[in-house]
Amino acid sequence: MTRLAFLIAMLFSLLPAALAAQDRSGPLRIEITEGVIEPVPIAVAPFIAENAAAADFARQITGVVSADLTGTGLFRDIPRDAYISQVTSFDAPVPYADWRAINAEALITGAVTLTSDNRLIVKFRLFDIFSGQPLGDGLQFAGGTDSWRRVAHKVADQVYSRITGEGGYFDSRVVYVEETGPKNARQRRLAIMDYDGANVQYLSDASSLVLSPRFSPTGDRVLYTSYESGFPAIYELSVGSVTKRPLDVQAEGLAFAPRFAPDGRSVVYSRSDAGNTDIYRLDLSSGQRTRLTSAPSIETAPSFSPDGSRIVFESDRSGTQQLYIMPAGGGEATRISFGQGRYGTPVWSPRGDYIAFTKQNAGRFHIGVMRTDGSQERLLTASFLDEGPTWAPNGRVLMFTRESAGADGEPAMFSVDISGRNLKRVPTSTAASDPAWSPLLP
Amino acid sequence: MKTSGILIALVAFAALTACTNADRFGSGSGAGANGGLAAGAGVAGSVNDPTSPAYFNQIIGDRVLFAVDQSTLSTEAQLVLDQQAVWLTQNGAYSALIEGHADEQGTQEYNIALGERRAEAVRSYLVSRGVASSRLRTISYGKERPLAICSDESCYAQNRRAVTVLTAGAGV
Repeated sequence: MTRLAFLIAMLFSLLPAALAAQDRSGPLRIEITEGVIEPVPIAVAPFIAENAAAADFARQITGVVSADLTGTGLFRDIPRDAYISQVTSFDAPVPYADWRAINAEALITGAVTLTSDNRLIVKFRLFDIFSGQPLGDGLQFAGGTDSWRRVAHKVADQVYSRITGEGGYFDSRVVYVEETGPKNARQRRLAIMDYDGANVQYLSDASSLVLSPRFSPTGDRVLYTSYESGFPAIYELSVGSVTKRPLDVQAEGLAFAPRFAPDGRSVVYSRSDAGNTDIYRLDLSSGQRTRLTSAPSIETAPSFSPDGSRIVFESDRSGTQQLYIMPAGGGEATRISFGQGRYGTPVWSPRGDYIAFTKQNAGRFHIGVMRTDGSQERLLTASFLDEGPTWAPNGRVLMFTRESAGADGEPAMFSVDISGRNLKRVPTSTAASDPAWSPLLP
Repeated sequence: MKTSGILIALVAFAALTACTNADRFGSGSGAGANGGLAAGAGVAGSVNDPTSPAYFNQIIGDRVLFAVDQSTLSTEAQLVLDQQAVWLTQNGAYSALIEGHADEQGTQEYNIALGERRAEAVRSYLVSRGVASSRLRTISYGKERPLAICSDESCYAQNRRAVTVLTAGAGV
């Protein structure tokens, strides 16, 4: 336990600890340092099929558990041909020495049963090899055969959570915009997928321009902007039934950038009045609209603090795009971004500790994070065009849009840890942009 | 200068009509659906006819360009808009939807707001030159409808635009 916990704590804390010593004299630029930190070796033993019908599921679930864990960049799955002993029974005692000999820090074992009424029962255990003890109790999940991936994600979330002390994020979904066609004639439609790119489902057709989908706090509804009325307007969509309703559709002008309040009962968004964009709040049950900002500048991209008391947003009231925080009911705003360049798309972490943002400086785009008072700014990425971060449910990973340059340029979704490690492309079959991460599924 | 300006406008016109119809004449019953007249030379009439939309689009020029992250109208832009205003006052059977656009240097939502600001700058100017405000509406596409698709200033300059799109009818 101690050695494993220590290794993981190191992985998580290395960069932030080094940065904590920096003062706020200027923004810090972090180079992506992939592969500098060695992932912890673990063994995800092939899950045992308790009956013949479960064999395929057992193999696939093992694969997803392994992919989830190694995909974090924190773990390396030791190849099966290096195993000294095989796991042949879920309840057999663990020969710790055999796993220690191949340097496995942790061992995950599992078993899968397919019941006669077509339900999957998945059990797993996690062992800390160097301390020679189980890490937490064995657990069992059950689900329909069509949700085998979710069951696998739940197992991986448990393992991740027990080893890192952080919340999991694998059993989650991402709503995004699928993009097809050339750059000057893009077709877009809303789509939803598992966090790892599996199970893509479309939520709209490509007949209208759609932008910036965002999940409700319980993940069952999505807010987005669509031009289907002829003008940009905001809509609320039920994910289960794929039915939508308009929230604010004007005869002209714009309503866009909608986000839910943490209680899911109201929405903040941008609305234009004679060309000027301000932030409004709309109560979803009464339909009552309240104006939160009144400035001749652009106010947009609002995001609630998790406790619902404050809103971070971007404004160019100082002359360039910068980040501000105001009380949830409106009122005096405090500027929090002070580095070089322009700051936009602030998103409050679900844990409340950081605000993620897009930064433009010297012709480059960055995804970064800062404390909610603007201190400890760190840039996690740099490219021709990175924008629009969204938080994983555990507040430790970000997903964002990266667009390549030129006439053939197109967007893709990437993820990165808040330490700046583990930058990688999220697999999608077409160009994709504007990801929004769901909370952990129930 | 004058000739090349017109040539660029022609090329830009062709590209625009080729790619934005889907949204401009979108499926809804809203304002965008009442028929822009930039959709084809046949509808727009002859460039030799000073009362035709083709003349408006190509001889006067249907668009003005902006500096980076700005919505201020340049002297050159004001000259174009002066002529647009005269045309609109003389051709009362048309109204206009002013589309604001941004280049790709900027975040999506900010650029939507910036495009709206540009469209509004054009509308205010046209109103100040005597066009009835009821005949003019604005929309912003942000950076989502680029005309030129390279990633350097030669394209960005063409994309930072506000386009006055004529529609049939005397307005609302």
